[in-house]
Amino acid sequence: MEVINIKGTDDTPSVTMDKDNGVFLIQGRSLPEDVTLFYQPILDWITEYGNQTNDHTDMTFKLEYFNTASSKVLLDVLLKFEEIKNNGSDVTVKWCYREDEEDIKEAGEEYEDIVEVPFEYCECDEDWNIK
Amino acid sequence: MGRIAANQDFLEFAYQLYHTMQANEINLVYEGVVTQEITRTFTALTEKNMVKAEESNQVQRKVFNVMVECLQNISKHADAMSDDENEERRGIVLVSHGEESYNVITGNVVKRSKREGLEKSLQKINSLDKEGLSALYKQQIKEGHISEKGGAGLGFIDIAKKSGNKIDYQFKDLTDDLCFFILITTISRN
Repeated sequence: MEVINIKGTDDTPSVTMDKDNGVFLIQGRSLPEDVTLFYQPILDWITEYGNQTNDHTDMTFKLEYFNTASSKVLLDVLLKFEEIKNNGSDVTVKWCYREDEEDIKEAGEEYEDIVEVPFEYCECDEDWNIK
Repeated sequence: MGRIAANQDFLEFAYQLYHTMQANEINLVYEGVVTQEITRTFTALTEKNMVKAEESNQVQRKVFNVMVECLQNISKHADAMSDDENEERRGIVLVSHGEESYNVITGNVVKRSKREGLEKSLQKINSLDKEGLSALYKQQIKEGHISEKGGAGLGFIDIAKKSGNKIDYQFKDLTDDLCFFILITTISRN
């Protein structure tokens, strides 16, 4: 599968979707002007990945901030992984948040209530190293 | 002579504005078109000021959050004074701070026909506590769709969640069809 590798900006996150190396990561700030435009290729990629998944998938989020329009699309991302899990593949969401950023942790917990995928919470330092 | 007098009036106005801003600790005032670029610039500017003022990380994040949602509300939902649907979305933006809190105030024109819906949704949000807001948020994120304008219908809920305070708002009638919608969000500093 082709690899998605998007470099982050002030209002869009960096995104890596790399099946061969088992890296699935959305990191940074997400407040694009047009959320659909930004996320549609990523959603399409995950749909395709659903037809040829690895044995195990760790979907990692390292979000600093996301606006409400992004939060809706991030739910769509998570629902795609829920579908993959329901089709018999092993999926874990690694929800990382930086210390003192409880609001991000709470946002993860709200997603966990909605989506049937196991969540693992990782507290990180300023540079996103897991503590 | 006329021009000098006019200049004098303007200088007087600028001076008064400066005083009012100082007295009310207003950090930012803007009236004009609100775009993604403006949103980016203002949030960055406010962040920079808060870092300089050694504001806590948590308060900085809350103010940033609320500003983004308020500004994106204007850029997506403000109505035009004219019938031209393509006219750019304008509004006013004001950020002030005092001893106890930051205030983010926005104002924009909306059709009077939208007033009731806005009031209903704000009244509902203001009636809820933290758990109630979280439940409403989860319901809306599941059931909602990204609109043509790129919104998720979550803005006010998020503003209330992040600020931890009731949202203050007012409508002022402008014409038979239009009114001015003012939204005031308070973020406590402690």
